[in-house]
Amino acid sequence: MKKFKFSEEFNRKVAATVARYPKADAALIPLMQEVQRELGHFPEEAAQALANLLGISYARVKGVLTFYTMFRREPGGKYLLQVCRNLSCHMTGSVKLLEYLKARLGIEEGGTTHDGLFTLMTVECLGSCGTAPVMMVNDDYHENLTVEKLDKLISGLRAEAKAHK
Amino acid sequence: MAEQILLKHKVVSLDGYKASGGWTALEKATRMEPAAIIDEVKKSGLRGRGGAGFPAGLKWSFIPKDSAKERYVVCNADEGEPGTFKDRELIRMNPYLLIEGMAIAGRAIGAKTGYIYVRGEFAREAALLEKCIGEAKVAGFLGDKLFGSGFSFDLHVHKGAGAYICGEETALLESIEGRRGQPRLKPPFPAVEGLFACPTVINNVETLAAVPAIIEKGGAWYAGLGAGKSTGTKLFSISGPVKKPGVYEAELGIPFKTFLEEYAGGMAEGKKLKAVIPGGSSTPVLTAEEAMNARLDYESLAAAGSMLGSGGIIVIAEDTCMVDALLVLARFYHHESCGQCTPCREGTGWTEKVLRRFEEGGAGPGDADLLLSISNNMVGRTICPLADALAMPVISFITKFREEFDAHAAGNTCRPGRTK
Repeated sequence: MKKFKFSEEFNRKVAATVARYPKADAALIPLMQEVQRELGHFPEEAAQALANLLGISYARVKGVLTFYTMFRREPGGKYLLQVCRNLSCHMTGSVKLLEYLKARLGIEEGGTTHDGLFTLMTVECLGSCGTAPVMMVNDDYHENLTVEKLDKLISGLRAEAKAHK
Repeated sequence: MAEQILLKHKVVSLDGYKASGGWTALEKATRMEPAAIIDEVKKSGLRGRGGAGFPAGLKWSFIPKDSAKERYVVCNADEGEPGTFKDRELIRMNPYLLIEGMAIAGRAIGAKTGYIYVRGEFAREAALLEKCIGEAKVAGFLGDKLFGSGFSFDLHVHKGAGAYICGEETALLESIEGRRGQPRLKPPFPAVEGLFACPTVINNVETLAAVPAIIEKGGAWYAGLGAGKSTGTKLFSISGPVKKPGVYEAELGIPFKTFLEEYAGGMAEGKKLKAVIPGGSSTPVLTAEEAMNARLDYESLAAAGSMLGSGGIIVIAEDTCMVDALLVLARFYHHESCGQCTPCREGTGWTEKVLRRFEEGGAGPGDADLLLSISNNMVGRTICPLADALAMPVISFITKFREEFDAHAAGNTCRPGRTK
C-alpha cells in the first residue's frame, strides 16, 4: 500500500482539533472529515496513517470509515447529488426526480458521469421535510424541487464548472 | 398565535441576541445554587423534546453530586427522525438560545465543557453554531469565570458523519469518542457513566433552548403553559400534502384539527386526509378520524395509541398507498440498523423484503400476519429502540389499513395508485 502523506494544512489543524477532547482518539472523526474535505474522498491509505497518528488500530479507523455513510471511499464527481428518498420526499415526487437525474446524466445510483462532474446518490431523511422534495449538492440543500428546477440546477452547475476550468 | 418562546425572535447577531434579552438568564444562573437551577427546571415540567419525553430536571438531578470526575453537557442535534425538521429551524432562527441553554445546564450539573453533536448534513448550521460560539467566547458569554462568578464553560461543535442511529444518546456518545455509533447497554446510564466514562447530561436542541426562558421567568410560569403534565410550548414540524408545511410553535395540548387548519393552512388543494404519523416516522400511525379527535401532547397521543415523539407530523393523503409508504419506512430502518442486535438487523431486513413482495407481486395471504409476527419478535428485544421504531409503524399500518395489504396480497393493483 502506498504511503500516505498528510497535507501541511491538515498538520496545522491537528493540535487544535485534538485539544477539543480530553482524549486524542476522539478527534478521529473530525480528522477523517478534514482529509475528505481536502481530497474529496477518504483514501484507504489514509486510514493507516491516521491510526498511526492517533495511536489506535487500523481496524478502528476502517470500522468508522465503513460505518458512517458520509465517508466516501472512492473518488467521486465534483458535485455530489444526494436525493432524499424518505417518506415526505417520496410523497412529493422524489422517485420522479431520481428517474429524471438518471436519464439526464446517463448514470445509475452510485455512478459518476464520464466528465467527472456529477455523482448521483440517494440518501435517507435530510431533516428538511417541510420543503420536500429535497436534494443536497455537496454541502447545500436544494428544496421544494421540481423537474423544471432540477433541470435549471444541472445546467447551472455545468456552466459553473465550465467557467472555472 | 399562542405564546412563542423558541421562535419568538429571529436573531442573526450577538448584539441582536443581547437586545432580545439574551444572556440575562445565564447571568442569573451564575448567581444561583446549582440545585436551585435544577429545581426550577423540575418545577417547569419541561420534558425531553427529542422523542422520549423524559423530565429534563429529573435527568439533570441524576448526575452524582459527589463524583470527582469531569461532567459534560451534550446537545443532541443529530436530527434525523423522518418527518422532523424543527432543530435545524431553531438553530437557524436563534442559535444563541441553544448556546445559553447549554451554559445554564453546565452550571446546573457542574460541567465545564459541552459538545453540540450536529448531524453531518447540517454543514451550514454547524458552521453557524461555530461562528456564534466564537463570538460568545470573545464577548465573555462563554469561557472563564462568566459574569465574574467562579463558573467557566466552554463549548465545541462535533459533526456527525451520516448515521441515524447516532440520534440514540449512547450511540451519539460513542460517535463523539471517535467510534462506530453503536448504542451501549444501559445501565450504566449516561448521568453516571456517559461521555469519556464521566457523568453526562444529553438533551435535545429544543429542550436546551427552552431553559433560558425557564430560568428567567421561573418554572411555575412555564408550567402554566400547555396541558396537564405536558407543560410549555413545543415545536411541531408538519410535512406532507398540507397548504403550509413548516415548523410552528404551539402550546402542548392543541387539538390536531386546530393545528392542521390554523397553522398548516389545512389540506392541500384536492387532497383528502387519510392518516397521520404524529411524532416522527417511528410513532404509530393514526387514522384520519383518530387524528382529528386527538390533542397534541404526551398524554393525549399515548391515549390515542401513538406518541408525541419529536413532534414531526407527517400527513398522508387518500392517494398515498399505505403499503408503499410502509416500504419506504422499512427500507429506511433496515438501512440504519447498526447491526449489533440480531432481532433488529435481521428483522428490519426481513420486513423490507416481505413488503417488497407486496409491492412487486408475490405476496401471499399469510404475509400480513407474517409481518406482524416479525414485528412482535422485534419489540423490546434489542439494546436500543430502533427495532421498535420500525415495529410500531408496521403493526399500526397493518392493523389500521389491513384492506390495502390484503388487496395487494390478492394480486389486485394497488388501490390508491403507487406514489411515483
